[in-house]
Amino acid sequence: MLDAHPAPLVQVEDLKMYFPIYTGVLRTQTGNVKAVDGVSFQITAGQTLGLVGESGCGKSTVGRAMLRLYEPTAGRVLIDGEDVAKMAPEALRRKRPSMQMVFQDPQASLNPRMTLAGIVSEPMDEHTDWSREKKTERVYELMDQVGLNRRFVNRYPHEFSGGQRQRIGIARALALNPRFIVCDEPIAALDVSIQAQVVNLLEDLQEKLGLTYLFISHDLSMVRHLAQKVAVMYLGRIAELSPSRDLYARPLHPYAEALLSAVNEPDPVLAARRNRIILTGDVPSPANPPKGCNFCTRCPKVMDICRSVKPELAEVEPGRLVACHLYTTQADAGSAGATEAKERNQQGVSQ
Amino acid sequence: MLTFALRRLLVAIPTLLLISLVIFLLVDLAPGSPASEIPLTVPPEVRAKILEALGVNEPIHVRYVLWLKQFFWIEPLNGIDAIFGTSYAEGEQRIISYQSRSPVFGIIGERLPQTLTVIGTAYLVGVLIALPIGIYSAYRQYSLFDQAGTIFAMIGFSVPTFFTGTLFIIIFAVWLGWFPTKYDTTLEVTDWQSFLQQLRQMAMPVMVLGLANAAAISRYMRSSMLENLGQDYVRTARAKGLSERTVVLKHVLRNSLIPVVTVIALGIPSIFGGAIITENLFGVNGIGAMLIQAIRGNDLPMVQTLAFIFAILIVLFNLIADILYGLLDPRIRYD
Repeated sequence: MLDAHPAPLVQVEDLKMYFPIYTGVLRTQTGNVKAVDGVSFQITAGQTLGLVGESGCGKSTVGRAMLRLYEPTAGRVLIDGEDVAKMAPEALRRKRPSMQMVFQDPQASLNPRMTLAGIVSEPMDEHTDWSREKKTERVYELMDQVGLNRRFVNRYPHEFSGGQRQRIGIARALALNPRFIVCDEPIAALDVSIQAQVVNLLEDLQEKLGLTYLFISHDLSMVRHLAQKVAVMYLGRIAELSPSRDLYARPLHPYAEALLSAVNEPDPVLAARRNRIILTGDVPSPANPPKGCNFCTRCPKVMDICRSVKPELAEVEPGRLVACHLYTTQADAGSAGATEAKERNQQGVSQ
Repeated sequence: MLTFALRRLLVAIPTLLLISLVIFLLVDLAPGSPASEIPLTVPPEVRAKILEALGVNEPIHVRYVLWLKQFFWIEPLNGIDAIFGTSYAEGEQRIISYQSRSPVFGIIGERLPQTLTVIGTAYLVGVLIALPIGIYSAYRQYSLFDQAGTIFAMIGFSVPTFFTGTLFIIIFAVWLGWFPTKYDTTLEVTDWQSFLQQLRQMAMPVMVLGLANAAAISRYMRSSMLENLGQDYVRTARAKGLSERTVVLKHVLRNSLIPVVTVIALGIPSIFGGAIITENLFGVNGIGAMLIQAIRGNDLPMVQTLAFIFAILIVLFNLIADILYGLLDPRIRYD
């Protein structure tokens, strides 16, 4: 534990989440929507992994399947050494306090008939035997932490603004001192001025409480600001998983490159020189993904092999994992570096 | 909330006055005369005197205002007299039934207990059957139980009570002999034995009506549950690590009950209205049976009064439903 690489708190291995498709008169299963199709990553304790990708690529499904809000089809999700994906229901329920989620829509994700106090203290009712005073004390403490006025304690969700509601959502998630929080597009439903406040709040809390985040977002600049590592998803698979700085400076996967070229550049001089990569065509259906690389139908650098063989995520540069034949096949053909890279990758996984 | 209720009650006054006028005119202008009930053997001059005594010959507006006065002033006074033993209403003309020549409210008072026990129990049984069916159907949507619940609701909706009632009589009374075919109104519950007998004779009408009520309410419950089960806050509740029981019964059910409670409250006036067909089928001597008898006999005061009482109950329970909605849903405030 004391070596250079701190142990990962969260390890996801080959997570798959298929939603069955039933058709016909007899409702027989005729296929699967492969919302998440073999996703692996790890998150070091106290750090943030950003998960980006366009709408419908399976970002939120990854977060929900990790916390067993969906039943994953296959794969392992180790959180603090325990496999959440295969836990018995009662054990899972006891595990819940340590892994929490901040939801996208703060309006819909709070029960409209419960007051702030009720919403935030309910996890304590369920998982602790604290006295009423202690719970109230904790509710106040959480309200202070997320910056909500203590006077609001008996108000209902509809009486708050969007930003305040998201603060309630965060306070609720924090109630039982979780170690790992999935932030499922926590700022997408907020207006821009509030977004920064909420992101700063999340950052402060991470620093103070040593939280580990999976930050799901389609806001690339926010992810850059928050995350140490970023995974780019496309159609249920990770295209690239790199340290944030490297990814934003020089994306390797063609999809990551195209995605990042869409980030707004505030400097008009630079913006004028910027090369936007405009992808053509639509995302294929996750019920029927292409045979080879999921991105082969739209990739500007597509090769023959891309249409037949699915590229695996492999370490092509130190710390940078890319699932693209551009890097792996060249290495295979040429040097011995490829095997080395693969070995290192395997080491990384087995840590 | 109080100001809202008071304002709604004030608005209800002109509404009810208008309804009373419409009911009075509709019933009065309908073809048929109270004279048709007088046997033909009665000599014409006697017949004229009877009609004179009934007050039928007065102009219609006089009769309307008189009826209003009787309904809103004299009958309540009579009620007070009956309760406190006072004599405020002595010598005042009450609303008199053409058929029996006795006060309409007296007859209603005699009939109402029958209706309330049978129809009220049926409504209660219907609600008690419907809620669990609706909740579990939604929780296990498209399961075998849900399909069975759907079929149950379809039968309850589409098969009329005169059919189910007759079927029940044939099966449970004629073939199996479990229950009596007719409801005995004269039965008085004095001991355990007579209580059991009362239960037995109530069983069939209650089941027939309960089935029809449960069908509708279980559908409302199911759709309301389904709507809430898909909400984000349910996922939040699960993420909190609450037990499935708490998630469904505390979070989903409480939110789903809001519209269902309204529907149930709005259905209560129909209990007082009785169930004309079922009451006739089983011989329950209630309001429904009385109403149909009064319509046949051209008993105008009786029909007008009953119809107007129903109207009042409907307006009242609409108000109650609105107030309940405000109490149950914190997002709705009447200020």
